[in-house]
Amino acid sequence: MGKHRASARSARQFAFVLGEISVLNAIEFADVSFRYEEGAPFAVRHLNFSVAEGEFVAVLGHNGSGKSTLARLANGLLTPDEGTIFAFGVQLGEKNLYDVRRNVGVVFQNPDNQTVATIVEDDVAFGAENVGLPREEIGRRIDFALKAVGMEPYRTATVARLSGGQKQRIAIAGVLALKPKAIILDESTAMLDPRGRREIVDVVSRLNREEGITVVLITHFMEEALLAGRAVVMNRGEVVMQGTPREIFGRREELLTYNLALPRIGVICEKLRAGGMDIGDTLDAATLAKEIAACVS
Amino acid sequence: MRIVAEHLSYTYNARSPFETAALKDVTLTIEEGEFFGIIGHTGSGKSTFVQHLNGLLRLPSSMKKYRPKKPKKGEVLPPPVVLRVGEFDLTDKKTDFRALRKKVGMVFQYPEYQLFADTVRDDVAFGLKNFSDTKLTAEETDAAVCAALEAVGLDFSELKDKSPFELSGGQKRRVAIAGVIVTRPEVLVLDEPAAGLDPLGKQEVMELLHRLHKSWCKTVIIVSHDMDEISENCTRAAVFADGSVKAVLSPRELFCRTEELLALGLDIPLTARLCALLAREGVAVDCDFTTEDFCRAVLALFGNKRGERT
Repeated sequence: MGKHRASARSARQFAFVLGEISVLNAIEFADVSFRYEEGAPFAVRHLNFSVAEGEFVAVLGHNGSGKSTLARLANGLLTPDEGTIFAFGVQLGEKNLYDVRRNVGVVFQNPDNQTVATIVEDDVAFGAENVGLPREEIGRRIDFALKAVGMEPYRTATVARLSGGQKQRIAIAGVLALKPKAIILDESTAMLDPRGRREIVDVVSRLNREEGITVVLITHFMEEALLAGRAVVMNRGEVVMQGTPREIFGRREELLTYNLALPRIGVICEKLRAGGMDIGDTLDAATLAKEIAACVS
Repeated sequence: MRIVAEHLSYTYNARSPFETAALKDVTLTIEEGEFFGIIGHTGSGKSTFVQHLNGLLRLPSSMKKYRPKKPKKGEVLPPPVVLRVGEFDLTDKKTDFRALRKKVGMVFQYPEYQLFADTVRDDVAFGLKNFSDTKLTAEETDAAVCAALEAVGLDFSELKDKSPFELSGGQKRRVAIAGVIVTRPEVLVLDEPAAGLDPLGKQEVMELLHRLHKSWCKTVIIVSHDMDEISENCTRAAVFADGSVKAVLSPRELFCRTEELLALGLDIPLTARLCALLAREGVAVDCDFTTEDFCRAVLALFGNKRGERT
């Protein structure tokens, strides 16, 4: 364990030095362990994990692998039993919790649990009001946030009458109104229909691309993970696989051992290959169709 | 039990500024023994429809009474509203809705949020106690609960005294389903049964439903957004859009009509997308859009090709 900690620290210092030049780690876990109850198994154990500023990272893992615990630790909703967490170079502690939360926003799974006001603009303003921003500034932030998620026409709409996808976009806008540098989405698309899911994924990819906001997307949907620059697989509270989404999905045997099913397209590739066809490991339907066409015509 | 709906309409918040017509003249028949899918965009009327099936939403009870026997001269009566589930006529207000609900089990979205009892046994037994006409002995209750838990693949002796809140997500969902099937319904309706689970959990739930369909409930109806789920599992599916039924077809027929589905804002299964892409390359693949059949059809084409070459 001592070795763990030493390597974690040097990793952080390394990131910090780099940070002075240009790259700073947005979120960094250094040998973090956490359990919900004394005697219970660790939900997260000796976790070393970092996300660079401006990165788009997808976190995969079966139910109970520690993904949500990671999200809650990252903005101080939970306090680690061991290890330290840094957000933009600042160590999380009781004193700076509110500053950290302004930098790292979390959007959760259930849209209905995340709205506090009856009117859209009041709901978006809630966080900004709580940190005591001046009135004019809050107005500007609401404009910016609603525009960013494409919900300007709904500024004075009743939250309860919006669809699930629209409510989730309002939840994202509420986080954006604080101008965070990073957003963590904890299965924020799980309860939405396909259209709602696309809306959310489009919004966060754009925020990442255009505003440079760091995005951590925790998801069960393999297709969503494909949009990220890097994918991380968690199992029993540890990071067990890392790489580009493509690399990760190429390691099928390994994925199965972590209770992750292959996306359906992977299953099809595998079956066709088993039947003697010359099919690669693609995750794109158009590419697969071309390969099949080449084999049979 | 055969389900027949004809000219069924339903309006929420009728005669108020928030009036919305959720169902408009829906006509749909679901045969006994089907594994039926209901698809449609959010707000298309899917849930409103399934909530009619066990009387959670009721037709105005007066529907029959106020219907004049003879039309006035020159007047054309609208066609009669029919809603029958097996022998139950739901347009009749004298229908025994309690008996109906025993026969039509309803599993809502995220059913695990509805667990409430201290132990798994009490939770599963709740519906049983409420629906039984006589007081059940402890042995009878335990036997029924045990059978229901085993049907969903859980071990009675291991779980009976545990709190349902200590279980994992997938187990909770199974317990919630056991709580519905414990009354031995003939029709099981599930709203998004696999939503929110990880891919493996999804697969397990669908396998479970197939087992139940074979051994426990004659008819299974699922509401789903996941077209892959529909193409892999269902015998037929109804497409809801804007409060009416646009089509009732088998997956094989349904997913040929990709353009129409996309126009309705719906997805198409991966296999259908591949077939459409292959058609553009001049390769026709004839399959029922399950993964298995798609691969079989493609490999058959491949085999033919190889045969020609040698």
